[in-house]
Amino acid sequence: MAERLLTVRDLSVRYGKVEAVYGVSLSVERGSIVSVIGPNGAGKSTLLNALMGVLPSRGSVEFCGQDLAKIEVEQRVARGLCLVPETRQLFAQMSVADNLELGAFIRYRRGDKAIRQSLENVYQLFPRLKERHGQLAGSLSGGERQMLALGRALMSQPTLLMLDEPSLGLAPLIVKEILKNISELRSTGVSILLIEQNARAALQISDYGYVLENGAVAMEGASRELAGNPRVIESYLGFGG
Amino acid sequence: MDLSIILILAQDGLTNTAIYVLLAVALILVFGVTRIIYIPQGEFVSYGVLTLASLQQGVVPGTVWLLLLMAAVAALMESVRLFSEGALRDLPAALARILLLPAAIALLIHFCAPLRLPLGWQVLLTMLIVVPLGPLVYRVAFRPLADAPVLVLLIAAVAVHFGLVGLGLLFFGAEGVRTPAFSSAQFSLGALTVSGQSLWVYATSLVAIGGLAWFFGRTMYGKALRAVAFNRNGARLVGISPSMAGTLAFALAATIGCLSGVLIGPITTVYYDSGFLIGLKGFVGAIVGGLASFPLAALGALLVGLLESFSSFWLSEYKDVIVFTMVIPVLLWRSLSSVHYEEEQ
Repeated sequence: MAERLLTVRDLSVRYGKVEAVYGVSLSVERGSIVSVIGPNGAGKSTLLNALMGVLPSRGSVEFCGQDLAKIEVEQRVARGLCLVPETRQLFAQMSVADNLELGAFIRYRRGDKAIRQSLENVYQLFPRLKERHGQLAGSLSGGERQMLALGRALMSQPTLLMLDEPSLGLAPLIVKEILKNISELRSTGVSILLIEQNARAALQISDYGYVLENGAVAMEGASRELAGNPRVIESYLGFGG
Repeated sequence: MDLSIILILAQDGLTNTAIYVLLAVALILVFGVTRIIYIPQGEFVSYGVLTLASLQQGVVPGTVWLLLLMAAVAALMESVRLFSEGALRDLPAALARILLLPAAIALLIHFCAPLRLPLGWQVLLTMLIVVPLGPLVYRVAFRPLADAPVLVLLIAAVAVHFGLVGLGLLFFGAEGVRTPAFSSAQFSLGALTVSGQSLWVYATSLVAIGGLAWFFGRTMYGKALRAVAFNRNGARLVGISPSMAGTLAFALAATIGCLSGVLIGPITTVYYDSGFLIGLKGFVGAIVGGLASFPLAALGALLVGLLESFSSFWLSEYKDVIVFTMVIPVLLWRSLSSVHYEEEQ
């Protein structure tokens, strides 16, 4: 059995009196893709934001064997955790190249000399970003923005990449491309925690899956088994395909 | 009013402009990165002049004590924080990080002040004393309020302003000072006589602006500061800590303020409370730029500088009134023409 990269035990997040996520336990093994699927409002984004430290939470989050309880967002980034949020949070008024470069900010602070090489790698992965490297991030199309957000995240050389709805609002062809990119990332040694509305696609590229309903884990299992589970098919996969 | 007077006034106006542009840039920078309307920026101008004047007289400037005092307060706050978090193990390292540099600077000044070093060295010593005050002000007054609304930050800024002005009176007394000019040269260009000092002001200001443009456009830390100003959450997600950015912004602002002080010291008599008005005029320039656009702010600073020098000729008692009245049409135009965004969208 592979090494546990992320272990979450009994995680709860509240917005005021409303408990958006409660008692969630999950784990991600090194080198795997884990997907979390579930309906709108199930608490999927909340879960990722809490793991990143953007939202306060209770319960324990262990990453690379270390407890993250008192660790600020920036320090989590420095430890190899990286979130691409649903809102992307790009620097719209800055160029594509600057956005990517800033993705490597923590590596620059460490004195990492290989940043230029990573930039070339990202450009190789997303040739469209290279074409537009001088353009402002705010002027990009939705798909290009998603590529830029992914590229910026990769520039930090994360150990665990958390992606919140990478296919949201994109045309089906681009979704396919982005998901292809994601499954290719695994070969570079990045582990991925993926949240998707597009449950079929998510289960296709992931190894293990969790179904989140009303803020709690309703089902979990190997992705192939989940994809064959009648309840999952009925609620999330629909007929056909 | 003939051509020679117009030229003299224009020259004066441009000299003022050079200073106001720098201050406007500092104010925009601090506001962008930390959302603080940085009222005390002017105090760094007057502290710069007053500190340099003390060094000229071979006296240890009072700002050295302020530096030590602020460092002590910061160290105390850090100790309390670490104690409440139960992380006393980190205390010695944290204290060393806060206290060592100010102590070393104080020691250096203690030995160098009576030596009456050449002007260039004294300017350097002045920067050494005043610039670290910026990050310390941030650490003591603003960092604990990092998530407070803009209004609370503004109130804190006003409090810091009053505190620093009062301490200025305590340390330097009520007399005004002038510092020696960098150059006593005079050049005549037809009807116009240009003083060496104003050339120094123009040149330094241009170099500083060029340096800042390079810093923000080309260096990783400069880009990181812009990133924080554009999108705080996004910046955190790539690992840029807001408090690191705030410290850096305050250090830059203090450098700009102190530099401006050193430049205007030979031109105007500066009192412990002169910084406020100077800073406020830089602020008018920054307002023209909507506290966001550097080029527009430079234009605003030019407007302020020229308006000030010409109105001091026509209506000298009202020159400040005229300059500050300019804010009203600018605000009207801004509020009518700009789209209103929610804060922290």
